[in-house]
Amino acid sequence: MTTSFDRRSLLAGSLVLGAGSMALPRLAFAQGAGSRNLLFVLLRGAADGMAMLAPVGDPGFEALRGASLADYDSAPRIGSFFAVHPALAEIAKSAQAGEALFVHAAATSYRERSHFDGQNLIETGGTAPYATKDGWLNRLAALINEGAPAPLRALAIAQAVPLALRGAAPVSNYAPSALPQASEDLMARVSQLYAADGELGPLWSRALETKAMAGDDTMRNLNDARAAGELAASLMRDAGGARIGMIELGGWDTHANQRGAFARSARQLDALLAAYKAGMGAGWADTMVVVATEFGRTAKLNGTGGTDHGTASAALVMGGAVRGGRVVADWPGLADAQLYQARDLAPTIALESVLAGAVAEHLRLDPARAMARLFPGRSDAPLTGIVRA
Amino acid sequence: MSPASIALNRFGYGFSAKAGAGGKAMDDPRRFLLRQFDAFDPAPATIAARLDTRAKTGEMLELLRRLRQDTRALAAMEQGNAPAMAEGMADEMRGDNPRAAALAGLPPEYREKLIDARRVLVDDIAVRVNVTLSSPAPMVERLVHFWSNHFSVSVGKPGTQFEAGPHEFTAIRPHVLGRFSDMLKAAVLHPAMLIYLDQFQSIGPNAPFAQRRAQRGGDQQRPRGLNENLAREVLELHTLGVDGGYRQADVTELARALTGWTVPGIGRAGRFAQGQPSGAAFVALVHEPGGRSVLGRSYPAGEAGQALAILDDLAAHPATARHIANKFARHFAGDTPPPALVARLEEDFLRSGGDLASLTRTLIDAPEAWTEGPVKFRTPFEWLVAALRLTGTDTLPAQRVVGALTQLGQSPWRAPSPAGYDDIAASWAGPDALIRRVELAERIARNAPQDGVIARAEAAFPGALGEGTLTQLKRAESGQQALALLLVSPEMMRR
Repeated sequence: MTTSFDRRSLLAGSLVLGAGSMALPRLAFAQGAGSRNLLFVLLRGAADGMAMLAPVGDPGFEALRGASLADYDSAPRIGSFFAVHPALAEIAKSAQAGEALFVHAAATSYRERSHFDGQNLIETGGTAPYATKDGWLNRLAALINEGAPAPLRALAIAQAVPLALRGAAPVSNYAPSALPQASEDLMARVSQLYAADGELGPLWSRALETKAMAGDDTMRNLNDARAAGELAASLMRDAGGARIGMIELGGWDTHANQRGAFARSARQLDALLAAYKAGMGAGWADTMVVVATEFGRTAKLNGTGGTDHGTASAALVMGGAVRGGRVVADWPGLADAQLYQARDLAPTIALESVLAGAVAEHLRLDPARAMARLFPGRSDAPLTGIVRA
Repeated sequence: MSPASIALNRFGYGFSAKAGAGGKAMDDPRRFLLRQFDAFDPAPATIAARLDTRAKTGEMLELLRRLRQDTRALAAMEQGNAPAMAEGMADEMRGDNPRAAALAGLPPEYREKLIDARRVLVDDIAVRVNVTLSSPAPMVERLVHFWSNHFSVSVGKPGTQFEAGPHEFTAIRPHVLGRFSDMLKAAVLHPAMLIYLDQFQSIGPNAPFAQRRAQRGGDQQRPRGLNENLAREVLELHTLGVDGGYRQADVTELARALTGWTVPGIGRAGRFAQGQPSGAAFVALVHEPGGRSVLGRSYPAGEAGQALAILDDLAAHPATARHIANKFARHFAGDTPPPALVARLEEDFLRSGGDLASLTRTLIDAPEAWTEGPVKFRTPFEWLVAALRLTGTDTLPAQRVVGALTQLGQSPWRAPSPAGYDDIAASWAGPDALIRRVELAERIARNAPQDGVIARAEAAFPGALGEGTLTQLKRAESGQQALALLLVSPEMMRR
């Protein structure tokens, strides 16, 4: 396992950007996503990157987080500097197997501390809250659809389509229901009822399509993270399945008593990804999972054993072809003067570069073009070297 | 849509089979709405009959605090309770097996509390729905639910289950035609909000209580400082809005002013609590001493009154007027509300000093609120209530109501964030949502009177029933099927 988190290695990575993109196997737009799968997991509520991947090697960590230091005593390490939260055991195993990569001290261009604005930006990919109406994952679908014989299937495993997937490209959503199925006759008549309706008609067609794909799942809701991961895999692993998927996890807004609350949410994430990976089977080799959150939390614990809204956090990229077992970071340090506004982990990597770089390499898109389309108006270059050459 | 159909559907909860069409009242739709101001009952018997559960809140929080010190009990709670999926977090509501399994691992006394909490919550949701179904003022009920969502609390946090219903019933409902500042103070300083946004355990770092504890070398696990969660959301969501011009320093100052506001019956400092009209308690020993400065204005030291004074000023701030006007207009006049309407509402809010009856009258008078095409996609709650009114279902078993709302994705007091449930079509008009409404419509239609569906459709959407829908209703193979189709018709989905 290697660690590369010093400023130099990152700068080197950026310098070879041009060569990196030329070295990619093929820049194909017309062939579509082929059999490659992308699952985006959004952690809503600002997940604490310093709890997820604790910088135990930083001398400042103990002073800030003394109360939680014991959690990392026997936690899996990545290099000597970072320890993975013990509740993320399966993810840590993937990292050890060289298939999971963490990025640390990353943030979007957003520098305020509102969840709603922060989530709006990480979902739309815009630079100002509410200025962009569609989501970056939807634009990604549209980019791949250009020139493709048929639009790819994009799917949210959620009761409502999340903003990241909303937009012009057709998307669907699905969540297990405890309601008894409607009769076939009624379903057919609803098709007629909506046929002339410009909004309900297309929504209904996609609903029927996705329902057929999901078949007869035995779940009643999405509360069991393991089952949700299996469901996501079952909707994505077949040739006719969804190529882009999205799933949301909440419970990260740990303002008080963070140790318990964070561990609980982390176990859900771990179970979800482990089940998804197992469910993808042989398809895992062509699959990438990207996990991100709207922003991080304060570096220091607050007065109620929690953390308040902060700035930089960690992100996770996992997949059969991911060059994992590493942490990509330009570590900012934890001394008072090194913290952002003397309170938050300072951002040193643009999260947009991580997202654009990861999906572009995975889906064989030109990184610069992906960046311009998914996250317009940024000067940062997309991150490279995420996928094994 | 005809003006009559707009009055019924865009402003209200649709036609009620029990109450009838409104008859001649519909000749003057504006008056039909204004008369509801007088017909509205802020404290209907069903709400008044609700048992006082306040003591249960403190008991639950105290129990949790005790269990946190018992590592095995804590581990069981962390393993079992509160799954973290964004949709339906901490979902102790669903009556299926994972829930039973989760409960089984919990310490018995906590399990009993959770079961009790769930019972209270389910009953309160049923009260909300049943009051709405039988209300003579459905438009004002819509206002109750609008403001309740503006001051959103979620029962995902332990202890709030007992308080979410009372929050809406006592802090929101009496004020929807009153003053915004009164509602703001009641809603923000209610135990439900104080727990939901972590205020109840926030302590002024220089408060006597914190100082004494520090001298004794206090316990690391115990809360011992400031929490700014509520302060931030008050500025961002409840009053000024995210672009309202406040800074981090204002958040921290408001957080300091709010220290001391907590829930009765908890903690060692609880003995010193002074009861407050909102149902909260104020503990002076926990309050950060000294004066405050918020948005450039100074507030002298003043214990409980300090936060009240700041909230009063926030309520009257021009940014608040703009923020409220925008949300209010969006709720009734479209996802992208007409700027002229927003401006008019903003002006009214400022001129009247936040008089919400005046604000509502201005909305009703505004031509922009009466545009012909439908302007909103009904949220799941709006759709379910409208469907139950249309089918003449006026009381439902509590479990059924909660089950239906959960399946539709909008259980009351369970929004995924303090911003409340979204109020735009994109959040609700999805493929999965349509399937669920169709499934539920078939079930509702099966148990409702199935005669005269066409006449009912015409009464529900006077002068606004589309030819296409009418044709499908006439072609239906049975009254039951026609009713199910009417419940999911395009006319019914939008308002």
